[in-house]
Amino acid sequence: MECPEGVLLLLSFTAIFFSCEHTVPELEAQLAAMRKKAADALPGSSWSPFDINPNLPPERADIVIIGGGVMGWSIAYWLKQKERVREGVKVIVVERDLTYSQASTVLSAGGIRQQFSLPENIHLSLASADFMRNINEHLGVLNEDPVDLQFNQSGYLFLASEEVAHIMEENYSTQRQVGAKVTLLSPTQLKEKFPWINTDGVALASYGLENEGWFDPWSLLNAFRRKAMSMGVIQCCGEVTDFKYTVSMMTSPGGDPVVYKRINSVKVQMPKGLEYQMVECAIVVNAAGAFSGKLAEMLGISSNPKDTIAGTPVPVEPRKRYIYVVHCPDGPGLDTPFLIDYSGMYFRREGLGGNYITGASPKEADEPDTSNLEVDHQFFEDSVWPRLAYRVPAFEKLKVTSAWAGFYDYNTFDQNGIIGDHPVINNMYFATGFSGHGLQQSPAAGRAVAELILDGNFKTLDMRGLGFRRIMAQEPILERNIL
Amino acid sequence: MLLSWRGQLRRKGIMRKNAYYDFTQRLYGSDIAAAFYILSLKGGFRFVGQSDWFRADQRGKFNWDFLNHKDTPLEEVDMSYTVINYRGLDNLEGQQSLRTLALRGCPEVDDWFLARLHVFEDSLEELDISHCPRITTGGLAALRNLKGLRRLDLSSLPGISSPGLVVILLEEMLPQCQIIATGYDYSIKQHGGEEEVQR
Repeated sequence: MECPEGVLLLLSFTAIFFSCEHTVPELEAQLAAMRKKAADALPGSSWSPFDINPNLPPERADIVIIGGGVMGWSIAYWLKQKERVREGVKVIVVERDLTYSQASTVLSAGGIRQQFSLPENIHLSLASADFMRNINEHLGVLNEDPVDLQFNQSGYLFLASEEVAHIMEENYSTQRQVGAKVTLLSPTQLKEKFPWINTDGVALASYGLENEGWFDPWSLLNAFRRKAMSMGVIQCCGEVTDFKYTVSMMTSPGGDPVVYKRINSVKVQMPKGLEYQMVECAIVVNAAGAFSGKLAEMLGISSNPKDTIAGTPVPVEPRKRYIYVVHCPDGPGLDTPFLIDYSGMYFRREGLGGNYITGASPKEADEPDTSNLEVDHQFFEDSVWPRLAYRVPAFEKLKVTSAWAGFYDYNTFDQNGIIGDHPVINNMYFATGFSGHGLQQSPAAGRAVAELILDGNFKTLDMRGLGFRRIMAQEPILERNIL
Repeated sequence: MLLSWRGQLRRKGIMRKNAYYDFTQRLYGSDIAAAFYILSLKGGFRFVGQSDWFRADQRGKFNWDFLNHKDTPLEEVDMSYTVINYRGLDNLEGQQSLRTLALRGCPEVDDWFLARLHVFEDSLEELDISHCPRITTGGLAALRNLKGLRRLDLSSLPGISSPGLVVILLEEMLPQCQIIATGYDYSIKQHGGEEEVQR
């Protein structure tokens, strides 16, 4: 870029030179062009040599939420909901794929249930159901359409064989105590209520009467996003590739050195380009779902010795699960619950036209490869259809119309969510690892994380049992009703 | 901001009306509390064994004679055109002999309310939910628990997209129930767009 003073000097020389002689038309045109170029080079004009990407996130923010799924946007909404002063916290949500092609949120079956064995999980689901009941009060935006979740109130039906019937009974008493509306059914009652079920091998069934069913995850995600953006949350499309952090050292009472890390800024890389922006932030929230473990690795956790607190990795990895859409005109009718068999197979009704969504959990040894989202149709033939046809004889004649695959953010430690701050990375909060029930717990989990960040402690629901402590102490809290 | 305040005030008013009548329940028992709640919302009811109805008039005034019938459960309740909602069902939950429930034209009755009606699953025989704007198909699936239901009125529900199909599915779901569904346009819609494609 030419410097303005030099240009003005040149112009003045040319003016003096030309005032002495009579002007030639081409030289005058060249002079006009030079004048225009000089005016363009000065700041204030619309030309600049480099185009700055308009989609870069701001240089500074208070809280950066990595992951724009339902969990990330729920946390963003609750943070804005709980701030005491208008524009008190500057929140950015960084999402690398705005089409959500691989996001677990939109690929999920969308069910919500309270039939868990862990009281924290039941509390989270109940609070989320309460939230969804009054969703327009919470997420309604003035002058926009009301939120329609298309919630089907059909309930979940769990079937238990002889071996696991006692677990189901214990779970039932926990659920009743916490306040979930569940009822136990014997095989005869089950046959009476749902005549299309084959009750061979079923010793006990557990049926949800209220607050259970399924809904449209995309509507919930968009409702959260719309409301959060209307409250001032900034959405950024980019990928977090690096962190800049400071390291401080302290000695524990036993004499071992403990390394603390504090994140200073987050490097957000723009999609399809080399531009990046270092976003200086105070707090980082890891809501990256299936890719949270990989994200935490960028903080250099694995470089520490394995059996120290600083060296324990975040135990979240992606696991691929398939969902198949089948069409069966003679299948069960409007009252089909979300049926979950003890063999790991599940199905639910989809719409009114005789379509059903079905799938099954694979065994630990046969976990499918997670490098892509290709569907294995052989899995349906081998593992899903036989169990489906055994449980519901009408499904012997069906046709698979469609299928897709999605990732679970699978917590390899104990398959329960991790909500809380990291013991060694001072300003990183986690809301991940829900292993298949993140969507149904997202409103309440988002509120819990927002309370932790803004109030310092859990206020409405006590989620300390789901924090990092259990991973550090190697005490898994197993959920016995995962599928 | 003023518009949102108006909406919030309206919602708070409805929540206050549907609050749990704890004080009345402790002093007079749950049946009288339920009766008082119904009359305060301008509904009507009939006790078991009695033949006349207790109703509140347009201005909300009602006869206090119902206090004479202590510990008598309610048999028929008419809450049509009232603002009863999910919270309001707390007051009616203990009624195990409720046979008829009329909720015609209630603006706050939605799918979650229908799911909560499972508390009356043994006794409820007639249910009228016509003209309720917030009910959709997902909530109608929740009616499977009412195994004693004999008469269901679903007329003119604006929230249902394909009423003919829904009525057929409901008849399959509740075989002993007579379903009344008037006020829908069951004619087959002509596809005007097909002619454009053929050209």
